[in-house]
Amino acid sequence: MGRLLLLEKANVPGIRGYEVYRREGGYRSVEKALKTMTPDQVTDEVKKSGLRGRGGAGFPTGLKWSFMAKPEGVPRYLVCNADESEPGTFKDRYLMEFLPHLLVEGLIVSSYALGSKATYVYIRGEYAWIPEILEQAIAEAKANGWLGKNILGTGFDCEIYVHTGAGAYICGEETALLESLEGKRGNPRIKPPFPAVKGVWDCPTVVNNVETLAAIVPIINNGGEDYAKIGIGKSTGTKLMSACGNINKPGVFEIDMTISVEEFIYSDEYCGGIANGKRLKACIPGGSSVPILPANLLLKTVKGETRLMNYESLGDGGFVKGSMMGSGGFIVLDEDQCVVKHTLTLARFYRHESCGQCSPCREGTGWMEKILRNIDTGKGKMSDIDLLWDIQRRIEGNTICPLGDAAAWPVAAAIRHFRDEFEWHVENPEECLVRNYGLANYADPLGVATA
Amino acid sequence: MAKFSDDKLKKVDEIVARYPAGKQKSALLPLLHLAQDEFGGWLSVETMDYVAGLLKLEPIEVYEVATFYSMFNLKPVGRYVFEVCQTGPCMIKGCDEIIEYIKKKLGIGVGETTKDGLFTLKTAECLGACGYAPMMLLGKYFRENLTPERVDQIIDECRQKAALNN
Repeated sequence: MGRLLLLEKANVPGIRGYEVYRREGGYRSVEKALKTMTPDQVTDEVKKSGLRGRGGAGFPTGLKWSFMAKPEGVPRYLVCNADESEPGTFKDRYLMEFLPHLLVEGLIVSSYALGSKATYVYIRGEYAWIPEILEQAIAEAKANGWLGKNILGTGFDCEIYVHTGAGAYICGEETALLESLEGKRGNPRIKPPFPAVKGVWDCPTVVNNVETLAAIVPIINNGGEDYAKIGIGKSTGTKLMSACGNINKPGVFEIDMTISVEEFIYSDEYCGGIANGKRLKACIPGGSSVPILPANLLLKTVKGETRLMNYESLGDGGFVKGSMMGSGGFIVLDEDQCVVKHTLTLARFYRHESCGQCSPCREGTGWMEKILRNIDTGKGKMSDIDLLWDIQRRIEGNTICPLGDAAAWPVAAAIRHFRDEFEWHVENPEECLVRNYGLANYADPLGVATA
Repeated sequence: MAKFSDDKLKKVDEIVARYPAGKQKSALLPLLHLAQDEFGGWLSVETMDYVAGLLKLEPIEVYEVATFYSMFNLKPVGRYVFEVCQTGPCMIKGCDEIIEYIKKKLGIGVGETTKDGLFTLKTAECLGACGYAPMMLLGKYFRENLTPERVDQIIDECRQKAALNN
């Protein structure tokens, strides 16, 4: 097992409470940062760590922080994106539910680096029991002098507030999140200006994912260079993966990004193999928006190399022969799953979640859902497959925010890799209602996939 | 007419104070949650107008927000709302069968409420419990790893709770 930086103490009894968390070494990073480092030194340490945003885009966190504008007399804000809504992703929920103080600690250090005196955690409304857990941790931190006025006598003031959303995937997009935090509809803003210049209430703002901010704690405690030593290349540190679908052990795992996809799926330490002795058909490795891969392309890259669980390797082959690390939402489909139906549920999801601002997304997501429903229910035409392809191409890149791309990519990848399954639905309108296409020849060649 | 108790009004002040002066509109989503919990599980026009008044907003600013977010109910719902997730990972694990089972058991369709006013069935898009599918949101909590037996237990539990409160 690799090193655990975030979940190391997750199973310590009582770790949710302040006393145990502190006894286990909690809040050391706040002491270190506030007493011995300048805000810029904290940012430099994060840059050295190579940490990349864990929300999905993988943008270097230290670089993002360094973009924060610092005009005189204007407040700056850190906003924690806890709107975790990408299908397949449930890692932030785990962190907040079981290690709330780790997030609070990361928030304090990050707020110090960015000069945020009021930091907001924007949490999705459906995680309705979690705000209380976070607010409890915040109150405990405050009672022990880690928050409030003049923290540790350093003159730094900081408060953390929890803000609940109300059911909108789009609010995970940072500018939509800021609109929502301002009490408006979650319509993404046109960039530029970027939030680092003009964010919430027109003030400079940095928005970071929960896991990203929690990772600041080990980075400050052990140093950025130590963090950068874990992993491979530009995939430094550890990553939380949430695994679901047809596997024996669904759940949240911390990986060091050096393990292979095969090990992640089949090892008892992680997913524990495909459930019920079935065979692996396909997988969406980084949340519903990233391309689905058939088993053969999932376990090995197109060059025949072992595919690893990191940003570069999962992306190897581009969108034609690869996928993405994304948010770490790992969805596994066994031989009994229908790719057409699965893609339909995702198309319905994106239609439901489109904010309606840009016509290619507002109209296109609805068209894709309708066409996919026709194909799934045996009412499709062969020309529908090309029509679907055409629609997704016209959405991609033509919208204000990435939701359009996120809606287009799953459809594109499903057609690219599983076109025969779509054609089979069209050619067998009655049979497709009573049975699934099953495992196609593309999933066969690997020994491990058929073992 | 809908009106918060003094206790709740104190909570309103506390929420508004989280945001910078003059940015009280930011409190809108938290306040709509509070109002929905307080006034029967849904937001009537009257309730939305009341919230608009509390935050010194135009009513339209509240309507446009309330209609955007899927957690706000704009028509009455039953005392217990089952929101069953139906996105990919839940579909893989059989949410369609669970939805069918609930429909049959309660004799209602999606979006409908039982005649006794106890249950409403809704479908939801990904609620972030993909590893513990199929699942539903019931009140403040997730009910995960659903099976027909588990659904029966939940329905019985709700009925018992309702009987105790009446």
